[in-house]
Amino acid sequence: MRRKIFRGIVVLAVLGLAFVAWAVWMSGILHHGVPEQPATAGVAAPAAAVSAPGAWQEPQFASVIQRGKYLARAGDCVACHTARGGQPYAGGLATPTPFGTLYSPNITPDKQDGIGSWTEADFWRAMHDGIAPGNRLLYPVFPFTHFTRITRPDVDAIFAYLRSLPPVAKPDIHNQMPFPFNQRSTLVFWRALFFRPGEYKPDPKHSAEWNRGAYLVDGLGHCGMCHSAFNVLGATDQNAKLAGGLIPVQNWYAPALNSGSELGLGSWSTGELVQYLKTGVSLRGAAYGPMSDVVFHSLQHLSDGDLGAIATYLRSQSEKTSPSDRQRVEVSPELAAELVDQGRQIYVNHCAACHQLDGRGSGLQYPPLAGNPSIAMQPGTNAIRIVLLGGFQPGTKGNPRPYSMPPFAQLLNDHDVAAVVSYIRQAWGNKAPAVSPAVVGRFRQVPVD
Amino acid sequence: MRGIPFFALLALLGSGGALAQSGTPAAAAPLAFGRAGPAKVSTGLRQRIDGCIACHGPHGQGGGSGGYAPRIGGKPAGYLYHQLQNFRDGRRAYPLMTWMVQYLPGAYMKEIAAYFASQSPPPPQPQVPMVTQATLDLGRRLVSMGDPARGVPACMACHGANLMGVEPDVPGLVGLTNDYISAQLGAFKQEIRRTKAPNCMHEVTSRLDGSEIGAVAAWLSSQPVPPGAKPAAAGSVKFPLRCGSIDGDG
Repeated sequence: MRRKIFRGIVVLAVLGLAFVAWAVWMSGILHHGVPEQPATAGVAAPAAAVSAPGAWQEPQFASVIQRGKYLARAGDCVACHTARGGQPYAGGLATPTPFGTLYSPNITPDKQDGIGSWTEADFWRAMHDGIAPGNRLLYPVFPFTHFTRITRPDVDAIFAYLRSLPPVAKPDIHNQMPFPFNQRSTLVFWRALFFRPGEYKPDPKHSAEWNRGAYLVDGLGHCGMCHSAFNVLGATDQNAKLAGGLIPVQNWYAPALNSGSELGLGSWSTGELVQYLKTGVSLRGAAYGPMSDVVFHSLQHLSDGDLGAIATYLRSQSEKTSPSDRQRVEVSPELAAELVDQGRQIYVNHCAACHQLDGRGSGLQYPPLAGNPSIAMQPGTNAIRIVLLGGFQPGTKGNPRPYSMPPFAQLLNDHDVAAVVSYIRQAWGNKAPAVSPAVVGRFRQVPVD
Repeated sequence: MRGIPFFALLALLGSGGALAQSGTPAAAAPLAFGRAGPAKVSTGLRQRIDGCIACHGPHGQGGGSGGYAPRIGGKPAGYLYHQLQNFRDGRRAYPLMTWMVQYLPGAYMKEIAAYFASQSPPPPQPQVPMVTQATLDLGRRLVSMGDPARGVPACMACHGANLMGVEPDVPGLVGLTNDYISAQLGAFKQEIRRTKAPNCMHEVTSRLDGSEIGAVAAWLSSQPVPPGAKPAAAGSVKFPLRCGSIDGDG
């Protein structure tokens, strides 16, 4: 008996060690300094295949720094690496996650506080492998799982741009994470399970434009960081890529980008989608919440060619469903009927002047609510927030004087907000369940950092 | 607020068909935003800033947001522009304002600021807070004379003899509520409300205690807005302190 127990312990220990060894091996931290492929001819082919055709020939991209600036914008680096009111790229923005609060680091070329002492190879390893100098494993809130697809020339250009910024002496803020998440070594397991480094490999079955779009969406643009569901370990579910997801802690719902479901991008024209990405407004709807941030800091600066490539790629996505697609029923049928009935009157009083009685909205100023996926998507919290908080469309070069919606938080109680949101979720052919007044109460806080 | 029932009525008229099937017109509609009937969308600014007007009113008279939203109509444009920047950049902490302005281009902020600066909202009824005469006297003294022994300048020294502010960057102080003024002075003292350096209002308020701040707010909020009064002309006031909000672009 005792021998059996002993044997069992030995077997478990061996298995455990084997697992740790496997995890360490798979995590890639041992591959230090060994380039995946020669950094010369080998990368030139994919790099050429995914660079915007002809774009780099334009005079504004004469220098590698200018190319890097454009690419850094396509990656929206500034959004996370800048605190509110702070120096661009000097870090300090808090990102709350279920595993603790992380603060973005200073990536200006300050020798002490930034990345001023990094080499090009160091930067490549951080972007491509998620490992900073000193073998420091980076938390996947930094989207190296996407950035690993970026080509070496593009990563080098981004580094050249960051090196050209004025150095800012601003020390990083320590992450606030409880044990065991504060132990970076635990990331070896996460990496073994969820991370495979590798540059984007163009798919010869598709056009150059499609491949460029895939490179931007799944690589630099890291769209899936929000638009895919996370599993309990904070990793993107690869089976539900771009199938929509709730942004943890912030509780904004990023809708599915695969055609057919939610946004139904397949039914948008490429032109509509490009207009939305470039200006923040379209006849289908306007950007709001975190997407306003993306349009404002990143997408409005991209070339029409790249936006067209993104649209082409997104519109070609085959529909996949994520678990969150199923509409949850929050209220009883009786309460739902009552809410919808009361909501109609509230709509007439407060909403119809702009969004029209038929819910079709008006031009680019007042988005349609009929057939607008933001209204009918699961969950109803985005619509609830917009009613409570209102807000401006993002101000962009293409829409420099944006329209706005009044906040209704002070005017409508939780029941009234639930009523009007329930009404618009079921009017004019929209088919989504009523929302609960209790849910409204949880979203009254203004989501700004 | 007189215009609001009018807008509500228009909205109701414009939507008569729906009302017929949905019962009594909600006489309770306290505010209706926007225009009636088929949307006539103007490219003018007024239609674009419903989000501002909801709380601050079409003429910037204030009073929304539970009465807290300040009167901004007729305040100097530079001051208003700086506040939009300050909300965007976190130097002022009112999350709904940050939410509203965080993705607005600077040129548009200037346009919105100029719009409200050009308004002349009707003078509000001054409210006399429930404080003692001694408190009001203390407030009046601090506002008009300051306390030179402690290096506290008079409010009037910077905000103009009629307290309507000074073009282009110094705000007026009358026409605001007791709650709003005391919250702002307290926020300056605690450095929750900041300006670009140097933050002269922090210097001043850090020399005042809570009861003095209360007295200043009480007296200011009890003062009427003189009809037709405007901010003092640019350059007409020699400021006793250096302020980032005046010559520091924010």
